[in-house]
Amino acid sequence: MKTKLTALAVTTALVAPAAIAEEMTIVSWGGAYSKSQKNAYHDPYSEKTGVTIINDDSSAEAVAKLRAMNEAGNVTWDVVDVVAADAIRLCDEGLAMEIDPDTMLAAAPDGTSAADDFGDLLVSECFIPQIVYSTTFGYRTDLVGDTAPTDICAVFDTDAYPGKRSLEKRPINNMEWALLCDGVAKGDVYDVLGTPEGQDQALAKLDTIKDDVIWWSAGADTPQLLADGEVIMGSTYNGRLFSVIEEQKQPVAMLWDAQVFDLDGWIIPAGLSEERQKRALDYIMFATDTQRLADQAKWISYGPARASSAPLVGKHAELGIEMAPHMPTDPENAKNTFLYNYEFWADYRDDIDAKFQAWLAK
Amino acid sequence: MTDASKPDGPMLAADGTPLKKSLARALRLQKMRALALIAPLLIFVLVSFIIPIGSMLFRSVENSMVSETIPLTVAELQNWDAQSGELPNETVYAAFVSDMVVAIEAKRHTRLGSRLNYEQTGMSSLFRKSGRQIRRLDPATDGPFKEQLIDIDKKWGEIGTWATIKTHSVDITNGYFLNAIDMQRTPDGAMSQPEDKRILIKLFQRTLIMSMIITVSCIVLGYPVAWILANLPMRQANVLMILVLLPFWTSLLVRTSAWKVMLQQQGVINEVLVWVGLVADDARLVMINNQFGTVVAMTHILLPFMILPMYSVMQTIQPTYLRAAKSMGATNWTAFWRVYFPLSVPGIGAGSILVFILSIGYYITPEIVGGTKGVFISNRIAYHISSSLNWGLAAALGTILLAVVLVLYWAYDKIVGIDNVKLG
Repeated sequence: MKTKLTALAVTTALVAPAAIAEEMTIVSWGGAYSKSQKNAYHDPYSEKTGVTIINDDSSAEAVAKLRAMNEAGNVTWDVVDVVAADAIRLCDEGLAMEIDPDTMLAAAPDGTSAADDFGDLLVSECFIPQIVYSTTFGYRTDLVGDTAPTDICAVFDTDAYPGKRSLEKRPINNMEWALLCDGVAKGDVYDVLGTPEGQDQALAKLDTIKDDVIWWSAGADTPQLLADGEVIMGSTYNGRLFSVIEEQKQPVAMLWDAQVFDLDGWIIPAGLSEERQKRALDYIMFATDTQRLADQAKWISYGPARASSAPLVGKHAELGIEMAPHMPTDPENAKNTFLYNYEFWADYRDDIDAKFQAWLAK
Repeated sequence: MTDASKPDGPMLAADGTPLKKSLARALRLQKMRALALIAPLLIFVLVSFIIPIGSMLFRSVENSMVSETIPLTVAELQNWDAQSGELPNETVYAAFVSDMVVAIEAKRHTRLGSRLNYEQTGMSSLFRKSGRQIRRLDPATDGPFKEQLIDIDKKWGEIGTWATIKTHSVDITNGYFLNAIDMQRTPDGAMSQPEDKRILIKLFQRTLIMSMIITVSCIVLGYPVAWILANLPMRQANVLMILVLLPFWTSLLVRTSAWKVMLQQQGVINEVLVWVGLVADDARLVMINNQFGTVVAMTHILLPFMILPMYSVMQTIQPTYLRAAKSMGATNWTAFWRVYFPLSVPGIGAGSILVFILSIGYYITPEIVGGTKGVFISNRIAYHISSSLNWGLAAALGTILLAVVLVLYWAYDKIVGIDNVKLG
């Protein structure tokens, strides 16, 4: 019996690498976003290579889980979709492998190198950007009165726009908006926010609307609150608002002013076996080329991260509407924008978050 | 005289060995067999429960990362006094460069930066940015380093930076526990956090108070239900029992979200109240995203844990006791209060312990319906585990929570007596 078991264990061990080669686990956010990736990347890749792709909707806890897997010495994920800030932390913690854009990523069709094609969006050595999304406001067209808001500061103007608003239950973005509407010049926002006085100033501004705010922690909250009429305006990811407006036909419109750009993309966990790493890199090479990134925009209103993909963005695959005007990067929408300041928040998030939470609990 | 009648010799078994010894051997075999039977459970509990909890407790004091990443610097810093008002000397800087070159090679310097950033804002980028420059230095030939490092980043020329490193270089630290009670470990010893960052003690208090409110509401609502269940004929009681258990078949998230639909301002209850005319349309009640919402939703979710132990205890109370009391002239109330209620107390005790302990560790429901005033300490623990990655602080908070539960359990044992708790 014992020998049989040992024999079995040995065979499993021998067979296992072959099994890994046939399938890979890709971690993402679930919902409409994972669907867009499945249509644009996973299905074509499986067709081309015969690799089975297993989806795991764990991106929200990816950093913590990867750290735990790494400590346990058993990383079961092959490719992980994370926001840029998380990618930077994973890179800092040594949990993601470094990527060389020139050898590991596909060049644009016209020969531009991947490094130039992604440009400034390569914010970390470990990060392969996929989309540009934005955190922005949507408002109920039927509940804001006769003059629709066009300015971010409408959020802080409870006289002109009485009613509840929803904001994310974290300092990032909210502090910037508060300072902007408290008269701080856009270029000075982070200098001011780096000082204790600036942090107090932002919290004081937020304090003026504190009683009118419902705080959200999941991206789906604001669309639901808007649809229910619980709030008259609220912040969330632009793709969520797109589906409320265009797919569910709710009386909601976008307030693109002072939208905050952020990036989402892939990392490959550190410590994969050579074979799995090779496959993960092969997938990344395929899934982040110019055409594939443009394909994803057929399914969801997030802008492709490559400059060369933008002209290829076409119509929504099911609704048949032109996608370009719904992209956060469209010139009409991007008149006044912020880019998530990764460096600043990597330093200040622990400190400001403690203050923000203490303020919330007051 | 035979051996057996000898008064001072040991009693012998049939085979001549002393009886005591042979009995012990027989018992030992039995004990081993019993142990073998419970071994799977014992190993399971040990592996999946005791060891993880033990390692969690240890994380709250463990802090070897600093001295492992920059060992030479930590050793050199022992000779430097932060109070002296002077920067460390060249040997510290040289040791630091040697340490960093090794750490950068192993990509460990940024981890150290994240660790120290919990204590002092800016450490994360300091280590990340300096790493790119220090990588090019050769510790053997490129010295002296003091000026070079200060050129790379002026924070290396600040006493505070080095004081932070020195303060947090001990292998076993009380820093996380101090943070967990709104204090901090500083070069001058333990100090209070600035007022605008104090939140954790408040959350501990809130967690305890709200858990008590939830427990009491469960008792108030659950007692009559358990009483009816225990006193109905079996057939009807079983049907009602299904209603009590029904929520277990529904996902926790669904039940919590359902409360959102019920309680929000455009929700079912407010709509009905406005329709009836009890509440004006512009003065709808705020019943969610606050403490009220948390108490309602959690009472609903935890109610079965109160009803079940109460029910099983009440089932064992003989109806004849009540009749006897009444036949001796007690009113309905006296019979209930003096006879029935004391007999049902073990059920209340068991239910209360279950509900209270479950509710102080809850975080999904408060997160969804609690808004800002209805969240618990467990929401902060979840934040530090999954978002800020400050696992040491999360472990310290968890350890304190565990200690609070044990203290309350001990107090309960002293006041009510743990023998008085019955699950059936």
